[in-house]
Amino acid sequence: MSEAATLTKTVELRILRYLPASDESPSFRSFQVPYSDDMSVLQALQTIKDTLDATLSFRWSCRMAVCGSCGMMINGEPRLACNTFLRNLPPGPVTVEALKNFPIERDLVVSVGDFVKKIESIYPYIIPKEPKTVAQGTYLQTPAQLAAYESFSDCINCMLCYAACPQFGENPDFIGPGAMALLQRYNGDSRDGGQQKRLDAIAGEDGVWSCTAVGICSEVCPKHVDPANAINQNKTNSAFDFFLHYLRKDAAQ
Amino acid sequence: MEHFEADVLIIGAGGAGLRAAIAAAEADPSLTVALVSKVLPMRSHTVAAEGGAAGVTQAHDTLDNHFNDTVHGGDWLCEQDVVEFFVSRCTQEMVQLEHWGCPWSRKPDGNINVRAFGGMKIERTWFAADRSGFHILHTLFQTSTKYPSIKRFDEYFCVDLIVEDGRAQGATLLSLSTGEFTAISARSVVLATGGAGRVFRQNTNGGIVTGDGMALAFRHGVPLRDMEFVQYHPTCMPGTGLLFTEACRGEGGYLVNKDGYRYLQDYGLGPVSPEPRNKAMELGPRDRLSQAFWHEERKGRTVETPAGSVVYLDLRHLGKAKLKERLPLICELAEEFMGIDPADAPIPVRPAVHYTMGGIPTDIRTATPIPGLYAAGECSSVGIHGANRLGSNSLTELFVFGHVAGDEAVKFAKGAPAVNAGRNLEQAKASAAKALALRDQKGAGERHADLRKEMALTMEKGCGIYRIGSEMQETCDKLAELKRRFANVTIEDRSAAWNTDWVAALELGYQLDVAEAMAHSALERRESRGAHQRIDGFEARDDEHFLAHSLAHYREGASPEITYGPVKITKSKPGERAYGALGEALESKKEATHV
Repeated sequence: MSEAATLTKTVELRILRYLPASDESPSFRSFQVPYSDDMSVLQALQTIKDTLDATLSFRWSCRMAVCGSCGMMINGEPRLACNTFLRNLPPGPVTVEALKNFPIERDLVVSVGDFVKKIESIYPYIIPKEPKTVAQGTYLQTPAQLAAYESFSDCINCMLCYAACPQFGENPDFIGPGAMALLQRYNGDSRDGGQQKRLDAIAGEDGVWSCTAVGICSEVCPKHVDPANAINQNKTNSAFDFFLHYLRKDAAQ
Repeated sequence: MEHFEADVLIIGAGGAGLRAAIAAAEADPSLTVALVSKVLPMRSHTVAAEGGAAGVTQAHDTLDNHFNDTVHGGDWLCEQDVVEFFVSRCTQEMVQLEHWGCPWSRKPDGNINVRAFGGMKIERTWFAADRSGFHILHTLFQTSTKYPSIKRFDEYFCVDLIVEDGRAQGATLLSLSTGEFTAISARSVVLATGGAGRVFRQNTNGGIVTGDGMALAFRHGVPLRDMEFVQYHPTCMPGTGLLFTEACRGEGGYLVNKDGYRYLQDYGLGPVSPEPRNKAMELGPRDRLSQAFWHEERKGRTVETPAGSVVYLDLRHLGKAKLKERLPLICELAEEFMGIDPADAPIPVRPAVHYTMGGIPTDIRTATPIPGLYAAGECSSVGIHGANRLGSNSLTELFVFGHVAGDEAVKFAKGAPAVNAGRNLEQAKASAAKALALRDQKGAGERHADLRKEMALTMEKGCGIYRIGSEMQETCDKLAELKRRFANVTIEDRSAAWNTDWVAALELGYQLDVAEAMAHSALERRESRGAHQRIDGFEARDDEHFLAHSLAHYREGASPEITYGPVKITKSKPGERAYGALGEALESKKEATHV
């Protein structure tokens, strides 16, 4: 295809716009953007912002699917805009909306504060099983021990799993798949001794038991973290924990 | 305007800022640490670092080796006392990260593993597959949440520093979500805002890498040091500039031209060997490899693509299993973005701007010329990179000097008199008014997006891999024109919440200042050294005149003035910088004379 022909081909983006100062509710607006085979949805949005409408707002940074900024609904599916390519979408207009299940602050920008609080609530750091000083050197951790939690450590906090999760949609207080994956990342780490503390944090009604095992969180994860697996493991752990707790109480009496 | 009083203020929450915040919180938990970031901390650009972080750990390696590699790699423009301090602190910072949970890749016996990297004599790069920066950043962010004295200001953009009574006393911030301003007063301030690679067109950097802290310090009279030294990473995605880590070559990948020939052997980097050989061929330093690409392009031995000419990064011989274990992100990038499986086909690559060697000058304790103001990480020039940074030194720099900056900021804060809250608030109000004036200026309909594109193009043209005086002059002139036109910018968006149109214009203002510092420093350096290579009669290194740090001084309404300062040489006298067979010969000769 010649360059001129490439440039004449366009694609329509239907974008859900919302400006809190002037709009009562979000509404769609369409833009025509020159199409090219290697264009991502993020690049299409940048083209709109740079050449058609500078008031369009969205978060982005790394462009390579690792910073987790540009999660949004693309044709109704939670996706990262930077690694979603126009060439892979069905022909016709591309619908772009803010990430589902989160309050919209403006256009494609949603509130992230509650998500960050959830991450913070599960003690997301090593609580050492055997404290060591730096002078004593590193802990040993075999490749098998690393593999036990490694995939859960790959979560980029993009929140796509929250946008996909029907349970979170119903109950915004549900701890949710991303935070559960992070919990499993630390609970599964051979250096860590904080399992009990974290299990206590998710034992309540908004914790692990809120999950209804739909599993769609794992399907939409761009990093194959498999939060559904983390939740299942913790249901088992939590049930076991509940049982132990009961026994301990029994013993105390 | 809200006014928050902290003891220590840290601007930037990537690797350096988070490490500084944790150090400050540990040094004195009774102090309040305000940690400001224009993005959620885990979005910071440290996240995109792939290959790993240097720290001597093998029995047959020494701190002297790491020192020599770094100083030679920097073409002797390093502060040698700082490098010596740096290499002595690297490994303990790596161990500290391990204790905090960083999932470093391991050997079968459970010890941490290290890999080879360009310009390093012995393997000493700690890695977490090829997502090292990502894992480090998340480890630091998550660990930082256990310190109650760290008060985060996520998604707050810094519009100005507050310098009062001759010392740094805070900053003026814009809340991105509300469009409201907040003043923070503090008895010491740390800048950890990262680099400025986005001033170039093809670059590996995230959109946020706009030189904010450099420009802020610059405008307050701090000269920017060694800004002409901008690193081109040799293996990047054509078009987007996205990075294919040097670890691809550390693990044994080849660079070949259009004939399938490992062309680096023609540029003093041979001999060719099938297995990776440290400090030779594909494991040469980044400046030399990017320069070799430029020559191949001139010789017509590259392949033309719509996104520019390319060579190939061939990883096929590493096999699927090793690629999946060691380079999963690279495989993902190649597959998702280019439709290439690196196990089956070589990856087209070309150089792109990656790293800003220069920055805010600091002493070995990270102190800048402004009392109470510290700087760490890519925004700073503490002196370890010289004219060319070695891969895997910059991640470690974040922790060694982030740690120092946190400690020093606490020390200063405890010894400093109270802040002048009233005067600080006045300054903040004036800075806010200035930022608002840009948002609301009538202008002449100029789009800042257009200016940004023109800036990136002219920087690439004049300040690329090889440089010519007349082209650098054109770039300087173009930047002056762009600064004039900046006054004609009209911001379309006048609203408060998430006004990214306005913030991008503020960032462009920073970028133009930093770009000018780079271009003028480059024009004035009439020699070739490290990443600054000229082909207009100044092809050689000139130690007599230019074994010196450039210092770009900000002048309001005029281009920066360039002066020079001394380089600290302690134990390594400037010598010939050679790699491959010649490098090995020189080294064995040196060892022989020492016996």
